[in-house]
Amino acid sequence: MVDILTHLGAYFLMLRKAFTRPEKMKIFFKRLSAEMELIGVDSVALVSILSLFMGAVILIQSAYNFENPLIPSYAEGVATRDSMLLEFSPTIISLILVGKVGSSIASELGTMRVTEQIDALQIMGVNPVNHLILPKILAGVFIIPFLILLSMFLGILGGFLATLVTESVSTHKYIYGIQYGFEPYYIVYALTKACVFAFILTSISSYQGFTTKGGALEVGKSSTKAVVFSTIVIILFNLILTKLLLN
Amino acid sequence: MIEIGNISKVFGDRKILSDVSMYLETGKVNMVIGQSGAGKSVLLKCLVGLLETDAGEVWYDGRNFTEMNYEQKKALRREVGMLFQGGALFDSMTVEENVAFPLEMFTKMSKEERTERANFCLKRVNLPASNKLYPDEISGGMKKRVAIARAIAMNPKYLFCDEPNSGLDPQTSIVIDNLIREITLEYNMTTVVISHDMNSVMEISDNIFFVFNGQKWWEGNRNDLLKTDNKELCDFVFASTFMKEFKSSSQSKR
Ligand SMILES: Nc1ncnc2c1ncn2[C@@H]1O[C@H](COP(=O)(O)OP(=O)(O)O)[C@@H](O)[C@H]1O
Ligand SMILES: [Mg+2]
Repeated sequence: MVDILTHLGAYFLMLRKAFTRPEKMKIFFKRLSAEMELIGVDSVALVSILSLFMGAVILIQSAYNFENPLIPSYAEGVATRDSMLLEFSPTIISLILVGKVGSSIASELGTMRVTEQIDALQIMGVNPVNHLILPKILAGVFIIPFLILLSMFLGILGGFLATLVTESVSTHKYIYGIQYGFEPYYIVYALTKACVFAFILTSISSYQGFTTKGGALEVGKSSTKAVVFSTIVIILFNLILTKLLLN
Repeated sequence: MIEIGNISKVFGDRKILSDVSMYLETGKVNMVIGQSGAGKSVLLKCLVGLLETDAGEVWYDGRNFTEMNYEQKKALRREVGMLFQGGALFDSMTVEENVAFPLEMFTKMSKEERTERANFCLKRVNLPASNKLYPDEISGGMKKRVAIARAIAMNPKYLFCDEPNSGLDPQTSIVIDNLIREITLEYNMTTVVISHDMNSVMEISDNIFFVFNGQKWWEGNRNDLLKTDNKELCDFVFASTFMKEFKSSSQSKR
């Protein structure tokens, strides 16, 4: 318990050091765009494939479950859209990004720590937390919501493509379904979650990497811890946010 | 000149440094020697504030480093060049970018001026034609040279080297050692070199500090070292047959 509090304290101290004015704006923007590429652009393929297939699977499963004649024929469209918007895109994609982005952040910073690159920055008079971590957090909070939007779109597209090969759901009913009773608020809800989850995953992974002690073995451990803790905290916040935002 | 006044450092319940005082002269190579695990790296990290000391003070040319706040320490560190044990080059940058990095961060130099200064420093350490390579594409000795070039890019007043020739072959070691000595004299820096290599001690040291059991056990120069009868120091220095022979030959000459 004391351990958790110590880490929590150190984590918030790190955040305070991160959110300071960068030494040189030009270098900061260079770092920011590099991180956006690393976190965002490099994840596009993974997110796209997952979302397309997930949308298709949700449609096929709901078609299988909704064979009851009492359920309207456009229900599969509604189900696919709402599952993607409310849960799959914001939460599941964030959890998948924890595995991809979080572990790479932690191992990058961990390696820099054990090879004394972070000490070298500090000796030069650079604030290493600000220089290394702030661009990661900001890039994540900015770019991950776009990935989530992409995922929603492709998920619904995946459902559409699946209707072409599924006899029980007609394509035009699906198109009607995905528009039926559409709540724009769901998008706001999903993007709010995406921002919060992006902050959690980038900052916790950075903390784990930055505080690595020892050698190569510990870098691996930090990377694992980054994934485990980010996942737990995201799941916790998912519950809290769902309660807060959908009431 | 750097004055270390009675610093102590404790990790948990282990006292790593106790009551260490040193006077590190400007324009000289000040060498800290001792067995591995004696606390040499910890001493160096305390000097630059990478580790907090538990007691004592460090003065840089009359400025009390220990009492400085974060911003003041950051400003003073710009006068410090440091060579880490493994080089600590930034792997995501090329050799030239590594050397130019502190210039980009802290000066208003244009890109051309930075490149020129970086090339000057790289030439100074005799490392031509590797500017566009990445750290994992060059050898250990070259990494050390790049690290020296980066350390001197900002014209530091103080140069700290942690085992500059660990992992290098004897020939490259001598080149690196001599480079450190030349640069120290050329720019009149206060240089601190940590080493357990008796060759470099005999080659380049002006002042020698022997750390044993977390204490400064002995200090003197090369001649004092050969004449010492301090038991722990003799055990350390004359552990190799080479040094034993070196001692007896230097005594028989007189
Ligand atoms: N951050 C740290 N936390 C705990 N113990 C440490 C730390 N850094 C060094 N030590 C311990 O301090 C002692 C001296 O280490 P060091 O100064 O690296 O030795 P050396 O003289 O070989 O450079 C070692 O026993 C090491 O285990
Ligand atoms: Mg050491």
